[in-house]
Amino acid sequence: MSQDFLFQAVIYLLAAVVAVPVAKRAGLGSVLGYLLAGVVIGPSVLNLVGQVEDVQHVAEFGVVMMLFVVGLELRPSLLWRLRGPILGTGSAQVVFTAAGVTGLGLLCGLAWPVALTVGLTLAMSSTAIVIQSLAERGVLNTRGGQACFSVLLFQDIAVIPILAVLPWLAEINGGSAGHGGGAEAHGHESALAHLPPWAQTLSTIGAVVAVVIVTHYFLRYVFRYVAASKLREMFTVVALLVVAGVAWLMHLVGLSAALGTFIAGVVLAESEYRHQLEADVEPFKGLLLGLFFIAVGAGLNLGLVAAQPGLIASLVIGLVGVKFLVLLLLGLGFRLGAGSSLLFACALAQGGEFCFVLLGMGGQLGLLTPDVSAPLSAAVALSMTLTPLLLIVNDRLIQPRFAKLTPKREADAVESHDNPIILAGFGRFGHIVGRLLQANGFGVTVLDNDPDQVEMLGRFGLRSFYGDASRADLLAAAGAEKARLFVCAVDDEAKSLEIVDLVQHEFPHLRILARAVNRNHAYELIKRGVSDFRRDTLGSALDLGTDVLRAMGFRAHRAVRATELFRCYEEESVRELAEHASGDQATYISMARQHLENLESVFRQDLKRHHLDTEDAWDTAGPKET
Amino acid sequence: MASRVLILFAHPALHRSRINAALMEAVQGMEGVTFRDLYEEYPTLHVDVETEQELLLEHDVIVWQHPFYWYSAPALLKEWQDVVLEYGFAYGEGGTRLVGKRVLSALTTGGPEEAYQKTGYNRFTMRELLAPFAQTSFLCGMEYLEPFIIHGVRGLTAEQVQEWAQRYRARIAALVAGD
Repeated sequence: MSQDFLFQAVIYLLAAVVAVPVAKRAGLGSVLGYLLAGVVIGPSVLNLVGQVEDVQHVAEFGVVMMLFVVGLELRPSLLWRLRGPILGTGSAQVVFTAAGVTGLGLLCGLAWPVALTVGLTLAMSSTAIVIQSLAERGVLNTRGGQACFSVLLFQDIAVIPILAVLPWLAEINGGSAGHGGGAEAHGHESALAHLPPWAQTLSTIGAVVAVVIVTHYFLRYVFRYVAASKLREMFTVVALLVVAGVAWLMHLVGLSAALGTFIAGVVLAESEYRHQLEADVEPFKGLLLGLFFIAVGAGLNLGLVAAQPGLIASLVIGLVGVKFLVLLLLGLGFRLGAGSSLLFACALAQGGEFCFVLLGMGGQLGLLTPDVSAPLSAAVALSMTLTPLLLIVNDRLIQPRFAKLTPKREADAVESHDNPIILAGFGRFGHIVGRLLQANGFGVTVLDNDPDQVEMLGRFGLRSFYGDASRADLLAAAGAEKARLFVCAVDDEAKSLEIVDLVQHEFPHLRILARAVNRNHAYELIKRGVSDFRRDTLGSALDLGTDVLRAMGFRAHRAVRATELFRCYEEESVRELAEHASGDQATYISMARQHLENLESVFRQDLKRHHLDTEDAWDTAGPKET
Repeated sequence: MASRVLILFAHPALHRSRINAALMEAVQGMEGVTFRDLYEEYPTLHVDVETEQELLLEHDVIVWQHPFYWYSAPALLKEWQDVVLEYGFAYGEGGTRLVGKRVLSALTTGGPEEAYQKTGYNRFTMRELLAPFAQTSFLCGMEYLEPFIIHGVRGLTAEQVQEWAQRYRARIAALVAGD
């Protein structure tokens, strides 16, 4: 490991650690924090980092992962319901924005193929910035958020034909076509280039179908096999392999890697491994996305901005202004309502990471000269930095006005895991609890770390997810923030206590109800303030004991009463003994023996002066004189 | 024409009762009689409504046999009334399934007959205290028969217990016969 690499790593990590929490606390959001950190360490200010482009290529994998995670949270049925916004709003956005920017370009005296290239390029927005910012605000599932998402998804698709059309525009413009070099980031340089067009199309469709079929039918067996190995990191490896593999395949056939992994994510959204996948990919996604934002910030050419402040400023204003106007009108036209339309317009009014790719390719094709593409690059980067600020303006100044007008917040359209109950452990014990709750109409999100169990339950249509409930990220993915109850039914004492500690620490609002596997486990739960616990053998042992009493000639009801009396004493004694369990061991042992003796004598005494006896005394005497 | 008789027996502590054990034995295996020990069927007080309603429909006479606890029935029989005599089944809109059936209360009391007089320590007569049972029957369109009552059961000799058992058997037999 070279010293330079370590130095770079230290710089990037340090910048993030310093800038992001500050930005977040100041209410600016993490994205702006990363971007500012990038600007500071970038060549224009401190010049601490070397080749920003290389880092950016690695970091773009974060965008790919983000789309995978977004896909995981979207069911195919929901995606199908969004087809209207994606095709309608999405295509309208690209067409009208491109037309507006092209028009401005023509006015500025650009040749029409050049103006059109610029127009198509700037129609793209930043998936990374928008989705991260909206997710941070928790508005991704609202109507405005969904409109943003639909448009971004359409752009991901649209970039493919745009990349295809650029060489053709270059030919018309009479430039020398240095074919296709700058697209390695988003992969137009397809391995299929030598094939006839129909074969290329067929291979492309084939690749997408293959991704869907393999993820849907085949991957579950891989996950199951790997999960059975009980090596947690192997599952992470497989998750990353899926993302990387799909991304690579999409590159191969010239599709957007982000689009491919998005599709894989959507297919896997139905799988019982969804929460674990999400939890495994999430940290990598977060890291790489942060790196990506830093790289964008570092790539901002402040020298150029300082040299031509007027030009850059007017480009940024023009870019943001045109996009904002088009988006606002589209939002109103598609009846999003004024509040959502403004969110929609503020969120998407910037250039995106695709812009850098398209500008680079335009340059290589000879379509765009550096004096056109360099200021545009700077303007795009600046517009991306402006987005978090625009969203803050929207939050603080614009939305409050609408909050008064619209009485109720828009309902969450995206199906989220808002079950009120999370059940950890779906084995011999937990499944009974889970089925009882489901039979009575309560939504339960089930987590279990036995892949066979999860697989089997899945076959019977029960929703359970593979995952280790002692991980905070997995609990968050399962909706712990919004749930009310947490039922801990795992069979391992140490694991159970680990989970209880974690839940109490991370999600203190959750009420915990726990299974205790033995007395000592019960004491530990009491010590942690968990009073809603049941010893897992007590109930069935008492049931069987009742049957034995009946077999010995007790009438049924008498046996039940005797059992209930015993249960009361038993539960009371556990709570009393718990106070001594942690203290002096000798005291505990003598207490335990004493309790056993107490139990015996009290039970005998209870039977002797059983209140049933007094029922016979009923109605033998009139009221006493007072 | 023979009637089918359903005896619903409710006693939470039969192991302490001489008289009810004897009454129970006396009517065992009688032709046309179904004897149902409710505390044995439902020891946790969870009554199976469907089964109980089906049984009601299959019989013409219903006997509530129980000790007269606190001027009423033991808890399980009250629970049985609460859940089995449903709206739409026993009363209310469309609740005519029990119309025309007959009801008999067969009771044992600890106190002597004199206690159940205006002047006695229980201050009301048995017919007055049984008003809820009579009215329950009335609301369901059922005829409430003259109750079968054994007072002062703790003071009974073994012979008297057997005598009462035979009298009870005769009363049930008469109901089966349609009287």
